[in-house]
Amino acid sequence: MANSGLETSGNVTSLGNDRLLELYKQLVLIRQFELRAIDERRQGLIPGFIHPYIGEEACAVGACAALNKDDFITSTHRGHGHLIAKGGDVRYMMAELAAREVGYCAGKGGSLHMTDFDLGIMGANGIVAGGIPMAVGAALAFKMQTPPLSPPLVEGTEGRMRVALSFFGDGATNEGAFHEALNMAGLWKLPVIFFCENNLYGEGTPQNKQAPVAQLSNRAASYAMPGVTVDGNDVFAVYEATHAAVERARNGAGPTLIEGLTYRYRGHYEGDPQVYRSRQEVEEWQGRDPLPRFRRALIEHGISDGEIEEKEGEVFALVDEAVIFARQAAPAKVEDALVGVYGDTHNGLVF
Amino acid sequence: MRTITYSDAINEALREEMDRDPNVFIIGEDVGTMGGVFGVTSGLLSRFGAARVIDTPISEAGIIGAALGAAMMGMRPVAEIMFGDFLGCAGDQLINQVAKARYMSGGKARVPLTIRVATGAPGASAAQHSQSPESWFMNIPGLKVVCPSTPADAKGLLKTAIRGEDPVLYFEHKMLYAEKGAVPDEDLLTPFGCAGILRKGSDVTIIAIGSMVKHALSAAEKLSSGPAPISCEVIDPRTLVPLDVPTLVESAKKTGRVVIVHEAHKRSGPGAEIAAIIAEEALDYLDSPIARVAARNVPLPYSPALEQYVLPNENDIVRAVKALYR
Ligand SMILES: Cc1ncc(C[n+]2csc(CCOP(=O)(O)OP(=O)(O)O)c2C)c(N)n1
Ligand SMILES: [Mg+2]
Repeated sequence: MANSGLETSGNVTSLGNDRLLELYKQLVLIRQFELRAIDERRQGLIPGFIHPYIGEEACAVGACAALNKDDFITSTHRGHGHLIAKGGDVRYMMAELAAREVGYCAGKGGSLHMTDFDLGIMGANGIVAGGIPMAVGAALAFKMQTPPLSPPLVEGTEGRMRVALSFFGDGATNEGAFHEALNMAGLWKLPVIFFCENNLYGEGTPQNKQAPVAQLSNRAASYAMPGVTVDGNDVFAVYEATHAAVERARNGAGPTLIEGLTYRYRGHYEGDPQVYRSRQEVEEWQGRDPLPRFRRALIEHGISDGEIEEKEGEVFALVDEAVIFARQAAPAKVEDALVGVYGDTHNGLVF
Repeated sequence: MRTITYSDAINEALREEMDRDPNVFIIGEDVGTMGGVFGVTSGLLSRFGAARVIDTPISEAGIIGAALGAAMMGMRPVAEIMFGDFLGCAGDQLINQVAKARYMSGGKARVPLTIRVATGAPGASAAQHSQSPESWFMNIPGLKVVCPSTPADAKGLLKTAIRGEDPVLYFEHKMLYAEKGAVPDEDLLTPFGCAGILRKGSDVTIIAIGSMVKHALSAAEKLSSGPAPISCEVIDPRTLVPLDVPTLVESAKKTGRVVIVHEAHKRSGPGAEIAAIIAEEALDYLDSPIARVAARNVPLPYSPALEQYVLPNENDIVRAVKALYR
């Protein structure tokens, strides 16, 4: 697909079969986690809204596969997939959705705000484009901190520039925050990757009614960075493009904008009547489902059905465990609502 | 009179004003095909067409700025910002441009611009989708701030906003959309700066805003019976800028006790301004300190239990009124 100025060098086959199986497991885990969360929401375990990522899994998995644990991502309202791909623990995710004390945000954030700094997750976000400038700031810090503070989070990474990767949707590229962030990153050649998940819609408005350019990677041109469009339902394509962008960023050559073309199979939020698109369009995209596609690729790589099914079994066990964990966990404590607004509380004047 | 929902009342006001004046148009995210995420603008695209019901990119600064420019050129835009929380994304256009255009230009710029905003909690929607930001804008001269609490006010205040000469932030409470109420059939123009006395009383004045009005009314009802009944006057200011100071002060002087109720945070919420005015103008008449019932000073949490704990409710109002007699 379209590619302006980005040399791809990451080779997926070099990942090895174990790694490929792990990536497949992540794809399936994202999907099954969400299907289960949607079900548990109907049953009453989960009080808040869910914006399902189902159909877009290859973007998160392919992109995060090119990152290290100590690289950081920013995520969106549609963030479950990004979290899982960056190593998020589905028990704490489910617990957060169920507003439990042990959840990722102690029951205060819910789906829209899950965060884990130990895993390099700066947070999901309720504000469209809200995470993009933040990723630029993280990259600025990484540049200022190179060589990194010792000891590094991950052994053997001394002296290597960390990178930030920001996930956002097609709709987010119409916010001023997107343009300001890309401009600064391009100007200062920061180690940041902008990953646009173009799923053709922002809520109910199609992408072509939101922007005068069809190919959103073209937007990179104004900010002196490469822009590349890839098949966002193909883990390999996403991985290779992200890998190249990460290398570029680590080497001090600056940011890259990657556009992954993908599609969400469910509504904008769970319960969306979807008046803005046709059944036929959805079915067409279901024919390009990233999961069976990657599964077929594994077989081509000589991985057996048995090995794949074993991974699928592990996923179901993990999801069951997450639900049990969330059900049994204590609810967030009401009094804790009044804790944690500030770091310095000035003898209790604020809390 | 008909009984319709708050949401339908807003829809009617938009439809009638668009029928009446070709310069009125709607601009915002998902206002057309989707009919708004809360369904408030449904049916307007098919009636008025895409030239007057404009679906925009996700660009809040652009929406408010474009509406401002169009207003200056003689149009009467009704812009929609989907959630009050997103007003921050339109910050400069709203605060430095819209609010000040008339004054800074020595009166040359005209800004007949209505900005509809969904506001409030609960909904387990967490800190970026639950705020009541009314008072942020009370501190910005040039903006008017409107908070309808009933279907009739929703309709009448919106029509007044659209026909007026100034920028108006019109806050629609999400939890009121489905509330039903009587709405007059005739062309309803509810004046700004004209509080509604919704219940007469002699012991305590309860001033309630937006979604808290119905809680104040039921608290007043509860307080009116029992072994030690308290007679509460319930007043809805309807508009925070301009504020109907005479009605509020007169009631405070009459009852000598005041409780102010709003869903916004207590610190520097609308109640802070109202309490200060009453203290300035009626302190000598007061028999007890002015009380405020409001959200606790934390971002809105996701957990419904925590959210309920943070938000004010009917019992909090009852307790606050009784505490005036301790
Ligand atoms: C600043 C802001 N404006 C509007 C919204 C409401 N909103 C939530 S998601 C969304 C659509 C986002 O579209 P896109 O960026 O393409 O992401 P997608 O939902 O398709 O993943 C909108 C308009 C918001 N959350 N924040
Ligand atoms: Mg999208």
